[in-house]
Amino acid sequence: MESVICLPAANPSLFSAEGFVGLIFLLTIGIIIFGAAVATTSRRLVRCVAGLAICFTGVAGIYYFLMSPFVAMMQMLIYVGAVSILIAFAVMMADPEDHHGTARAPVLASPLGAAVGAMLFAALTGMGLNTEWQVFDRRGGGTIKDVGVAFLTDYSMVFELVSIVLLVAIIGALVLARRGRS
Amino acid sequence: MIILNLYNCLGTYLVIAAMLFGFGIYGLVARKTLIGMLIASELVLAASSINFMAFNRFLAPDPTVGQIFTLFIMAIAAAEAAIAVSIVVAVYRNYKSIDTEDLVDLQG
Repeated sequence: MESVICLPAANPSLFSAEGFVGLIFLLTIGIIIFGAAVATTSRRLVRCVAGLAICFTGVAGIYYFLMSPFVAMMQMLIYVGAVSILIAFAVMMADPEDHHGTARAPVLASPLGAAVGAMLFAALTGMGLNTEWQVFDRRGGGTIKDVGVAFLTDYSMVFELVSIVLLVAIIGALVLARRGRS
Repeated sequence: MIILNLYNCLGTYLVIAAMLFGFGIYGLVARKTLIGMLIASELVLAASSINFMAFNRFLAPDPTVGQIFTLFIMAIAAAEAAIAVSIVVAVYRNYKSIDTEDLVDLQG
């Protein structure tokens, strides 16, 4: 059963512009897979953070392919520029490299985790590819202007609430990190 | 060549998101340090964002809603990462370790 939604497009040849775009998309997928693999399997945490930044860069490319350059830019700014750097600072402050022998080492965690991850991947893939998705008629364009107008009209309350959440998070992070330092 | 037209298909994005989700769950289960688990949870959040954006592009009637939801996910994820990192620093100050196997004070 073929129910995967594909927008109508002629099959591009390798040397046309569309074919080149397709090649870049494959490269983006490769970047995401490589980054995620490094982020979850590397033994040193610094390399994990670098893998996370690479993976987020690929995800920003995916957003660009999904016709949302603003979200792609925000992904680069917030995730690659802020969250990854924050985690890198945590790695430096907590200094997890000096191991002094833990009490127990779980031997089953890694294979069980791999099994759970593989099963979830298989289940979600099967569900995503075999569902009959229903397409609705388009009403808006989804441009940056539409996003800004929606932020300040329909979602203005949520917008303000998110700013309060961020304020509380900043204060909470400061209080938590300061406690214990006389 | 159908493989060069993959970026126009909804299924491709769903498969990528499922793969990121699987990697994230694997990292959450298998990692032994708190920072490793934080990195894995960020992968799970990225997977959900990709799903929102894919459905927004291909199915939704109004293609601004998914973008706005993804931006809210980013804001919440940034707040969550800040709180989690400060908790990690506080835990390290008390225990001199961020290994989950060392944080067993409540096990009696």
